[in-house]
Amino acid sequence: MTAASAGGDRRAFRANWPARAGLLALVLYVLYAGQILDLSWDRFVFGLDQGGRFLSRLVPPDFTRWSLLLDGLLESLQIAIIATVLGVAVSLPVGLCAARNLMPWWVSTPVRAFIAVCRSFHPIIVAIVFVKAIGFGALAGILALVVASIGFVAKLFAEAIEEISMKQVEAVRATGASFANVVTMGVLPQVLARFIGFATYQLDSNLRNSTMVGIVGGGGIGGTLFAAFQRFDYDFLCAILIAIIALIMLGELLATRLRAIFQ
Amino acid sequence: MPDGTLAGRPAPAGVAAAGAGRDAHPLVVRNLVKRYGAGRPEVLKGISLSFEPRGVVAIIGPSGTGKSTFIRCINRLVEPTSGEIRFMGRDIVSLGRQELRLVRRRIGMVFQEYNLVERLSVMENVLCGRLGYVPAWRAWLRRYPQADVEQAFDLLDMVGLGDFVHQRADSLSGGQRQRVGIARAVMQDPDLLLADEPTSSLDPKTSVEIMELLARVAEQRHVPVLVNIHDVTLARRFAGRIVGMSEGRVVYDGPPDGLEDEHLRAIYGGEDWLS
Repeated sequence: MTAASAGGDRRAFRANWPARAGLLALVLYVLYAGQILDLSWDRFVFGLDQGGRFLSRLVPPDFTRWSLLLDGLLESLQIAIIATVLGVAVSLPVGLCAARNLMPWWVSTPVRAFIAVCRSFHPIIVAIVFVKAIGFGALAGILALVVASIGFVAKLFAEAIEEISMKQVEAVRATGASFANVVTMGVLPQVLARFIGFATYQLDSNLRNSTMVGIVGGGGIGGTLFAAFQRFDYDFLCAILIAIIALIMLGELLATRLRAIFQ
Repeated sequence: MPDGTLAGRPAPAGVAAAGAGRDAHPLVVRNLVKRYGAGRPEVLKGISLSFEPRGVVAIIGPSGTGKSTFIRCINRLVEPTSGEIRFMGRDIVSLGRQELRLVRRRIGMVFQEYNLVERLSVMENVLCGRLGYVPAWRAWLRRYPQADVEQAFDLLDMVGLGDFVHQRADSLSGGQRQRVGIARAVMQDPDLLLADEPTSSLDPKTSVEIMELLARVAEQRHVPVLVNIHDVTLARRFAGRIVGMSEGRVVYDGPPDGLEDEHLRAIYGGEDWLS
């Protein structure tokens, strides 16, 4: 090769011009968008100043209204658990119907569409819809989180079923088992552990979201939180935030334990 | 190719022609054709065979010759394209879903890769053999009839896995898994046992043990066993009748003693491997 004898300027890697151009465009757009939104250093410094004053008013946290706090927390916990139980229970058949390797297309396609709709909206939007539709309170929050649970658990459950070994299913089918028995002994054992995983993750997620649906009137600690914001009740706000952190950590601990039981 | 010439020859002595003595043959296959999709080549080109009510029949032949397709057509894990499969007097090919289910529970099947439900225990896998008989709530709650449970324990003792009842299937060795597979099939109380390459994933010693077990089931429970196998030595040793297939046709059908090198050439092609 002439290039080799000429002193070794051969290239091991080819230049990827489309990637370079794309990266440059991205950097330019970020700068442009920042310009449009008036993000300047002065604005940042002003924000820091504001933030410092806000932080100083947060401490020390005020736990004197602990019974109000506890009521809100317990309601959030109840919303999360009820929504998870209902959502997971509904997700089991829905996910099964959405699995393309078990169901004919005319079952799986509409069910998949239903799941997609459940997934399209953030829980807060669904919560607003339910609050408007059926009124303020925990029920609206629960229904919103049930919808979110179906969107998540049913979709992943269907995908897990689509990955199972059909050989095991075939063997069970060959014994003359009914469809219900094939599902019970051939399909579910293969996906149960993952299903439990999805369910506990959803419990975790619902706990976090249950503290938020209250902001739009869906019940739970969120309402108290929002009121504390509105009234500049920052030390009480801090107490609420600490309580929420404790709740979430407790939930995570619980979820880990649950997963360990079902390996 | 010598296959064609041999296929046209009359079957060797000692083989009942299809259709003769219908009552004596629980399974009669007539002119079975299978192609995977219209316009695709025929995998089975008109198979006609009938099977005695007992004994081990080995189907030998090279890979891709339709052995597995043939055996799977019998319980319709593969849908036949045309032809007739008469099992205990009924044509399996024309059965509706519900009837097919009832026929399937009388046909046990053993698979090459065992096809146990990996995450279930040995006992649960064996009891899967009763799923054609028990309602879903019993399966769901694991409330099988006590008689079934007793039989499962007995079968596990028979296959030598009495100490593995509660182990998960994925913790067993290949030979142990295949024993569970056989116990599951026998648990169905079958009138016919199909075995699709039951020894192909096993070492030689275990292969012999598995074939011994299948032969014992055929003998003691009076169940005819139809086994796909490509190990000719094993086939000769355990089968009372050998069916040789090549390119979708039956090219030999007769006793193991009648199987000559000439037949093996017709079945597998070439001859270097015979010496």
